Amino acid sequence: MFSNILIYFVVIPLLMLGALFLCRNIKQIRAVAVVGSIGLIALSVYLLVQYLALRAAGATAPMLFCDSWTWFEPLNIHLAVGVDGISIAMILLSSIIVFAGSFASWTIAQPKEFFLWLILLSTGVFGFFISIDLFTMFMFYEVALIPMYLLIGVWGSGNKNYSAMKLTLMLMGGSAFLMLGLIGIYYHSAPEGSQLTWNLLEIVNNNAIPHGWQQFLFPMTFVGFGVLGAMFPFHTWSPDGHASAPTAVSMLHAGVLMKLGGYGCFRVAIYTMPQAAHELSWIFLILTGISVVYGAFCACVKTDLKYINAYSSVSHCGLVLFAILMLNTTAMTGAIMQMLSHGLMTALFFALIGMIYGRTHTREITKMGGLMQIMPYLSVCYVIAGMASLGLPGLSGFVAEMSIFVGSFQAGMADFLGGNGSLRLVFTLVACCSIVITAVYILRVVGKLLFGPVQDDHHRSLTDATWWERLSTVTLILCVAAIGCFPNFFSDLIKFTFSPDIFAVLGMN
Amino acid sequence: MDYSQFLAMKQEIAILIVFLLVFIYDTFMPRSSQKGLPVFTTILMLAATAFGIAGSFCSCCSAATEAFAGMYETSAVIIAIKNILNIGMVIVLIQSIKWANGELMIMRRGEFYELLLVTLFGMYLMISARHFLVFVIGLDCASLPLAAMVAFDKNRYESHEAAVKYMLTAVFSSAIFMMGLSFVYALSGSLYFSKIYVALASEHSTMLIVALAFVISGVGFKLSLVPFHLWTADVYQGAPTSVTSYLSVISKGAAAFAFMVILSQVFGICYSQVWEWMLYALIVLTITIGNLFAIRQRNMKRFLAFSSISQAGYIMLGIIAYNALGVAAMMFYILVYIFSNLAAFGVIGAIENATGKVSMDDYRGLYRTNPRLAFTMMLAMFSLAGIPPFAGFFSKFFIFTAALQGASPAIYVLVLIALINTIISLYYYLLVVKAMFISEEQCVIPTFRSSCGERIGMWISLAGVMLLGLVSCIYSYLIITAANSNIATFFIR
Repeated sequence: MFSNILIYFVVIPLLMLGALFLCRNIKQIRAVAVVGSIGLIALSVYLLVQYLALRAAGATAPMLFCDSWTWFEPLNIHLAVGVDGISIAMILLSSIIVFAGSFASWTIAQPKEFFLWLILLSTGVFGFFISIDLFTMFMFYEVALIPMYLLIGVWGSGNKNYSAMKLTLMLMGGSAFLMLGLIGIYYHSAPEGSQLTWNLLEIVNNNAIPHGWQQFLFPMTFVGFGVLGAMFPFHTWSPDGHASAPTAVSMLHAGVLMKLGGYGCFRVAIYTMPQAAHELSWIFLILTGISVVYGAFCACVKTDLKYINAYSSVSHCGLVLFAILMLNTTAMTGAIMQMLSHGLMTALFFALIGMIYGRTHTREITKMGGLMQIMPYLSVCYVIAGMASLGLPGLSGFVAEMSIFVGSFQAGMADFLGGNGSLRLVFTLVACCSIVITAVYILRVVGKLLFGPVQDDHHRSLTDATWWERLSTVTLILCVAAIGCFPNFFSDLIKFTFSPDIFAVLGMN
Repeated sequence: MDYSQFLAMKQEIAILIVFLLVFIYDTFMPRSSQKGLPVFTTILMLAATAFGIAGSFCSCCSAATEAFAGMYETSAVIIAIKNILNIGMVIVLIQSIKWANGELMIMRRGEFYELLLVTLFGMYLMISARHFLVFVIGLDCASLPLAAMVAFDKNRYESHEAAVKYMLTAVFSSAIFMMGLSFVYALSGSLYFSKIYVALASEHSTMLIVALAFVISGVGFKLSLVPFHLWTADVYQGAPTSVTSYLSVISKGAAAFAFMVILSQVFGICYSQVWEWMLYALIVLTITIGNLFAIRQRNMKRFLAFSSISQAGYIMLGIIAYNALGVAAMMFYILVYIFSNLAAFGVIGAIENATGKVSMDDYRGLYRTNPRLAFTMMLAMFSLAGIPPFAGFFSKFFIFTAALQGASPAIYVLVLIALINTIISLYYYLLVVKAMFISEEQCVIPTFRSSCGERIGMWISLAGVMLLGLVSCIYSYLIITAANSNIATFFIR
């Protein structure tokens, strides 16, 4: 079992949990968190190198490092693992954000419990990304959700009881639909008479889910994951939850956990039920199109920094689901890039907001101003994050949004010229508007918060970032810039997933 | 008469031996050594449990056997469910050691254990009965002594009130049940399960529906399915905590299994025509109403009463699944439910014994004064709500999987309703977690050390909550046993 590298992505967090139990003081806790998260980064980089080497050597299987250990034999449940380029990208993202998050919560109260829940959450996240067995995947998915309740409830701020409860119940509500969908998929996973399976690859190969059932199961799974992907109208947990959560939790939640939604929509809903995805995508295109624009508009009018960023997350994550639904290689590549890009830059945003809030004790942009003079380092980081968010070339947002819109436009034009209606085209144009709206709210915040006169004289005595804060932000900025400067590397990494058979089923381009 | 038939009743006989030894100890031992009775009973019960579990590994003991001209039956599945109940019984006994050694119990310690063992014996008969005469003996044996146990705190007014309520409903439900039986007898001319099964094959009269309605409501009282649940909250609140925990897990688990046996082996032939829809409605009502009422409860015992009502609805999903997978999932659910609920009752009992407080408001800030108790309670709540990696997640997932095997769209809707209800239940389970971990008020419960028995009980139930799901062999064993047993042959749609 331990000869497979992937299993260590769950083993390391579990070891960290064990070590945290034994910790006596904050120094030991920090040591465990830092050593563990560096270990995770090292492991994911090693995995990336290995994966590229295998691909270069000509491995053509859709997933590599596949392994499967029997768990509940009569139900054919396995602990099955395997990764492709997309999973690796997500694993890299998660380990970077766990690392940055550990530094961002350097001085948290009750550190032992906090890190216990945080690491439990990341166990769930890593487990989800490495699993290819639907049962295991779902189990890890829920493991990642529940620590949020305590993390927000105990360490949060503002209206935290309400937000924690709302977030937990809405996400668990999504997973209720998801559970029904997954069990339904299981019972139709194989042709009549052969062994049913939970294994994703086998389900895709069998391609046995009857058309009628796809029509029912696809919405179940898509909505189930879509709730976590902040799809309109199930996005309302996101602003409240993110606004109340402590910094590291916002980072991890917006940066990684919301990606579970997008990843799940792609990996489970679309991967296993492409026909239904093709037929029903219009419903969800409308919903996600609304998320994109509505989220951006909401961000324009909010004055609380965290709310602004949370709504901008709704908009950006909506774009991820939107692009996935275009069912076209370019747009899907863009979607994965957008997940990476959004994960990194929103984590950066939340880290910065947490640092600013820790100094000024307010998140209202009307009560702050001229921070550029007071804390230049943090302000410059904020500007960089903002530029990434509004899609400045050279940073990650540009690459992602560019490929999403090019892909969507291709899909829309193909539909339009083929006489299949103009819905995709119209909604592509609508979603394109979000670029402009994003620029509006980013520049508004940057202008009010960083430039202009200092609003509050008490702020003049504030200090700039400490070393752990610098480390956390620099890591994230470097990654954002890396995606922006070397997009080909990442698109090559994830390209392989999109070439094989599932698109052939649909005759998609 | 062939006396070797009694050998089929190994587990019943084991319980009877424990009963007799406890009786002899209680009667003949000097007053000074009476304090050892709880531990003595626990150890004996542990031995009986070990004996039962050993029996399930031995192929000759676990083979399907009939005795007394087919009135009594045992098989691997039946041995398994009795073992599950035994395990629960051991935990209940361990947790009640401190209470049983309390001031008020000096004169009545023996009675408590004797009555408890008699009810367990009655439940065994209910599970194994294949003739309604034996079943009714088992049913009354299991319910009437419980009324005396509910009244055990004789200095408390609520305890008396609860006992009277319990007594009346128990008698009333028995009466309804027997009314149903008389109809069944009129239709089929027999009280043997197998003969009724055959006789009902050609029966489509309205009388059958009435008979079924009476039988289902009779057992429904025992299981506290809505709308037969009205006694539950008051009795749970009034009874001593040890008795409440016994009522909520063992009594319910046994009744659920017996219900499954009756519905499949007696009325199996009219599954889709008659009782599928009755049960469907009962499940929807039970889960939903149990959950909605639980939200408003502040007394922890009432709270768990309503939570256990809704849990009974989930257990019923295993019956409506109507397949071998459903039987296995139901037994696994009962096992997990025993562990999770007993973990919760262990904490409630420990706090009640130490401080006398049972209100959820008193639990505020418990994490700061008693972190371990709060942690145990939290895991119990997560398990009851079905959060992975705790056992409750697995049992819920498996019972839904079983219910959806080859299911009609109507069952998909039922499962969706049940799933949405898990969210409601998550809400009120989180309310307890919130009170303990998040609320910032001064805790009224000071730091205290719970007694040794309570701690062992909580550790055992906690270990079950953590491991039962992750360790796959138990559920796999149950599936294989259920699929190979003769129960599986009754599932014809």
